[in-house]
Amino acid sequence: MEHATTEHAATERASSDSATAERTTAEQAQLMREQILQMGTGPDGTHVGGSLSSADLLTVLYQEVLRLRPEEPDWPDRDRFILSKGHASAALYAALSARGFLPAEELAEYGTSGSRLAGHPLRRLPGVEFPTGSLGHGLSLGVGTALALRRTGRSGRAYVLMGDGELQEGSVWEAAMSAAHLRLGGLTAIVDRNRLQITGDTEERMGLEPLAGKWRSFGWQVLTVDGHDLDALRAAFAALPGPTGQPVVIIADTVKGKGVPLFENKKKSHSVKLSPNLHRRALAGLRARSRRQS
Amino acid sequence: MTDWQERYATATRDVYRATLLDIAKSDTRVFCVDTDMGGLEDGFEAELPDQYVNVGIAEANLMGVSAGLAAEGLLPFANTIASFAATRACEQVKVDIAGNALPVRIVGTHGGFSAGHYGPTHHAVEDVAIMRSLPNLTVLVPADAAETEYAVRALADTEQLPGPVYLRLGRKATPLVHRGPYTFRIGQADLLRPGRDVTLVASGPVPVAESVAAAELLAGRGIAARVLNLHTVKPLDAEAVLSAARETAGLVTVEDHLVTGGLGGAVAELTAAHHPCRVHRIGVPDGFHDQVGTETELLARAGVTAPAIAGAAEEVMRERN
Repeated sequence: MEHATTEHAATERASSDSATAERTTAEQAQLMREQILQMGTGPDGTHVGGSLSSADLLTVLYQEVLRLRPEEPDWPDRDRFILSKGHASAALYAALSARGFLPAEELAEYGTSGSRLAGHPLRRLPGVEFPTGSLGHGLSLGVGTALALRRTGRSGRAYVLMGDGELQEGSVWEAAMSAAHLRLGGLTAIVDRNRLQITGDTEERMGLEPLAGKWRSFGWQVLTVDGHDLDALRAAFAALPGPTGQPVVIIADTVKGKGVPLFENKKKSHSVKLSPNLHRRALAGLRARSRRQS
Repeated sequence: MTDWQERYATATRDVYRATLLDIAKSDTRVFCVDTDMGGLEDGFEAELPDQYVNVGIAEANLMGVSAGLAAEGLLPFANTIASFAATRACEQVKVDIAGNALPVRIVGTHGGFSAGHYGPTHHAVEDVAIMRSLPNLTVLVPADAAETEYAVRALADTEQLPGPVYLRLGRKATPLVHRGPYTFRIGQADLLRPGRDVTLVASGPVPVAESVAAAELLAGRGIAARVLNLHTVKPLDAEAVLSAARETAGLVTVEDHLVTGGLGGAVAELTAAHHPCRVHRIGVPDGFHDQVGTETELLARAGVTAPAIAGAAEEVMRERN
């Protein structure tokens, strides 16, 4: 068994990103949530709910798991991260900023004309492996990437974050079938299981359950974790197989809009443009929740 | 029969498979991505299993996997049927391959009506139009087996062709256009016959062969028809087409594809912008061609025959006078 070397990741991070090194991962996740809300004040808002549900797992990935070199985005031995649920771009940009791929000030340009920070990620942004946004593409890209990493003997792993509604795309299952058949242990899928799609509960719209059973029957090892429990996420990422092992899917049980009472478990949080007043209330709710928990 | 004729008396897809295996032996970047097509497992997989993967009957996955492989520096050849490449997996081709300008070689067999007997699900008469509209893609339609070998060898050169390519192949043996080696360059029209009266612009095995035969018919009537084989539909050889537009009475385009959006469309767009002239387009008419027939039968119904091409050329000349 080969483990995702969180120590190694931390070293890479410390050498390149001293500005944020003092913040704990939990504090980074809180900062990410504030930045997502800020980006939601942009010209056309952002996908607030699905960004907030991904915030903890993206923070653990970018702060503790992914081996990356911001000063050398194409470092051949880096881990590859693919945000298949491209609409959570605001969360990704915050994560890339925390890791030193782009200045935090640039987040203010989100969604503005001429910005690199589009509603769905552009490949020309350093740290973005593939442009995404049309759902159901990322896992196939991850299969090809992991296959190539194995073929070329590079040490990086491939991680693909999908939304749960995205699993309704048939192409996901083509990719899932092939990853297991090819024993691509170097590929890890993560499902942001927030249970809401645009028009409502996934189980009422197009049921996904039994979800773990589906992945298992496709030949994957399934880890179901609380997607907001940092230690549980750390443990999941520390137990990944080597390049010829059975691929792992981490089903992260999350809450859409997590951390902002106005948006939690609300289908209307999917895409929101935050007016100054709404932003003020959302931010106050986020901070009050955070104070109670600390 | 010459060595050349003997060697290339075969289907474009057969010479493709042999050539792919040959280049892969010396270029370890080459990676054969199969969708259970049948025919690649015997040769390629048997000899180079480490450079082969079968992703199953799953064309969307084929394109995404190939994009991932190419992004990591490999040179994937993505194998499927032309219709599935261009229509079923169109979005993956657009976003994952073309949008990223990745060097994936998409190889579609059963182009045009070459699988006429299979019916309309296996006809590909809109693929060139679709692929031509996607960014960064080079679109190649070899006219015979020999040209297919030239094209496949050219695809290994990522200096010359750093982006994605769509290679459209047929299914059965088709007539040979040349009698021996010739100069093949991607993006450069192949002048098959000089002529100053009218020009036949063709792509694809049957259209090119019928155009050459049409030029013979026209010669018998005292008309010197220029014949251009446009094996590269994108980028189009603008110089060759515009020279023909300037120097002859007009153009007849001939293709085994819809008359909209393919070679005829490309030629009409180019001439309309730079040298308006008569462009008569011969090809498959609009419609879902719910018919069974051989490739030549179905194309004959669409007017892809030497007499019909010759007649169109004469009409173009009459209109000019």
